Amino acid sequence: MDGPLLQLRGIGKNFGPVQALSGIDLDIPAGQVTALVGDNGAGKSTLIKTISGIWEPSHGEIIWQGQRAHFKTPRDATDAGIATVYQDLALCDNLDIVQNMLLGHEVRHGLLLDEVTMETTAKQTLSDLRVTTVRNIRQTVGSLSGGQRQAVAVAKAVMLDAKLVIMDEPTAALGVSQTALVLDLIGRLARRGIGVMLISHNLVDVFQVADRLAVLYLGGLVSTGPVSEYDTASAVDLMTTGASRRTGQADNGARIPDSGREG
Amino acid sequence: MTSTNPAPEQGEITPGNPADSPEEIAVRTGASAELMANSVGEYVRIWLKQIRSGESGALPVIIGLIVIVIFFQIKSSHFLSAGNLVNLMTQAAFIITLGMAEVFVLLLGEIDLAAGFTAACGAVIALYLVAKNYPWWVAILACLAATGAYGAVQGFIITRLRLPSFVVTLAGYLFLSGALLFLIDSTGPIGNGGVIRLNSNVLNDIEAGALSATASWIVMIALVLLAGAMMYLRDHRRRSNGLVAPPLSVTLLKVAAIAVAGIVVVLVGNSNRGTLFLAVRGLPWVVLVVLGILVVYTTLLGRTRFGRYIYAIGGNAEAARRAGVNTNRIKVAAFALCGLTAGITGIIYSSYLGSISSGVNGGQNVLNAVAAAVIGGTSLFGGRGKMLDALLGGLVVGVIANGLQLLGLSAPSQLMWTALVLVAAVTVDALTRRGRSTV
Repeated sequence: MDGPLLQLRGIGKNFGPVQALSGIDLDIPAGQVTALVGDNGAGKSTLIKTISGIWEPSHGEIIWQGQRAHFKTPRDATDAGIATVYQDLALCDNLDIVQNMLLGHEVRHGLLLDEVTMETTAKQTLSDLRVTTVRNIRQTVGSLSGGQRQAVAVAKAVMLDAKLVIMDEPTAALGVSQTALVLDLIGRLARRGIGVMLISHNLVDVFQVADRLAVLYLGGLVSTGPVSEYDTASAVDLMTTGASRRTGQADNGARIPDSGREG
Repeated sequence: MTSTNPAPEQGEITPGNPADSPEEIAVRTGASAELMANSVGEYVRIWLKQIRSGESGALPVIIGLIVIVIFFQIKSSHFLSAGNLVNLMTQAAFIITLGMAEVFVLLLGEIDLAAGFTAACGAVIALYLVAKNYPWWVAILACLAATGAYGAVQGFIITRLRLPSFVVTLAGYLFLSGALLFLIDSTGPIGNGGVIRLNSNVLNDIEAGALSATASWIVMIALVLLAGAMMYLRDHRRRSNGLVAPPLSVTLLKVAAIAVAGIVVVLVGNSNRGTLFLAVRGLPWVVLVVLGILVVYTTLLGRTRFGRYIYAIGGNAEAARRAGVNTNRIKVAAFALCGLTAGITGIIYSSYLGSISSGVNGGQNVLNAVAAAVIGGTSLFGGRGKMLDALLGGLVVGVIANGLQLLGLSAPSQLMWTALVLVAAVTVDALTRRGRSTV
């Protein structure tokens, strides 16, 4: 497909007199990781909730794959191919991996569930994503580590043919190796041609995995561009003050080393 | 760092550490033993380790049941007589089915305190109709329709108005205990003295009648063969699709266990429990009724989309809602099934008593039923439990009542002993769960 996967045009959101978002113009391309960063209260969550159909924008329009879209419910967005992996992951701890991955989309054989087909599908998706740390996909999700749970949530989104996966703070609660596992997975999603929108506080993670950066400040989009145009210092400037003297200067000498970007 | 690591070969989901034994992994991950083991020996080892780490399954309640049975047999040699065991089956049946009714709502993290009186009111409707000379099956259908509809109304109020089920069904308890008196009163001469007699041989035979000895054997053999065939076919289908299936030896052991249980039940049912002059043999019909309901409900919970959604809502209602599950509709359906099963209980209960009276203790019955489900291993907090729990827990409650009766102890001590067992069961559950969370 030509053009960006998702285009936001002049998106604004008011809660009564409070203006949470205003005039957001943002393109999310397929096959790339776009990191949405900003301080607390900058409007990151409001923006992803607008995209994922939790609520409709007060102003502006959402253009999804070239068409104007109105997502009235989360289900509308999911059906269109936008999957949101929230921080709380929305997994049922008492169900196993297969049951969680196919929740709401069970395969049936007559009236009864077709467990064999479901397990085969889930297994295939996990191995496509190279999620190999899970020993048995019939174990309950409650027994998984944080990174594995994140992987299951992502695999669930992928299995539903998501074209855009929005991830809200996927590494916030994870240790070092688990974080690596999730970042690895994010990179793999993008290489499969899926658009990824990553909301994160952790700039180290962002610079490691993102292709593009979008910085929100007090409900407005203050800067967007390829991640190579930023460094940690300029990103922090933008997040905390809404401006940076160093923005847009790809040749400034203060760039962070390229660690972790080679994958 | 990992982005530079060569990714492992695509395909089989492999253990993180090849040095891990299957036991270690099964214990750490909570995976079912049968999908981890390659032989019976390994299966047993994994199973024992899981028990020690808190994944005990049905074992505690079975052990508890055996201990209680041994205790009563030592105290009274009559306890394990065929006559008493058949008595026990007929006594426990209505606690078991009412417990199954509660499992539907307990799995959602809800409760139905009214179910005991739902059962009683359903029984009044059925018994009134047979007294009016309607066929028995019309009576049953009318009873189930009424109790199912009543359950749906409760579910509707709980979901639409977002009220706690505890309060709504507590109101239902009060309402129906009044409705019971009102209904019996309104039947006029049929319900003279607050008692409606059961005027149907078919309904009476649910508890009082028995299959012939030959039929008992045929039915039990057919059931065991059916269960075995289904387990084998399921494993075969998994294996032929390249999925892990339990080793054949483990499946055979399970079928053997089912067969032994079936043979014991039939032997008990078929031994003569009559008097010197009048032989009474055969399995009571109610055993088949309970087993039939168990099979249907277990399939409903374990093998259908509806059942899957019940577990999902009980585990994380928000996750279920986001996955597109119509949580309200599932909840209403679960409450309707709870009511309907209470209706079945009402018929079994009146068949056991031979009548239904205004003095039915619907409150105690429902609490016994909840106790049965919880003793069997169903969680009060939703998401965890099985229909089999109600059967096992119901047997425990039934054995205690029966055994203490046999010892000549009266209602007060029965209640207190049941209470102690309930606390013990919940304690075991809480301790094992604490063990699980530290793994």
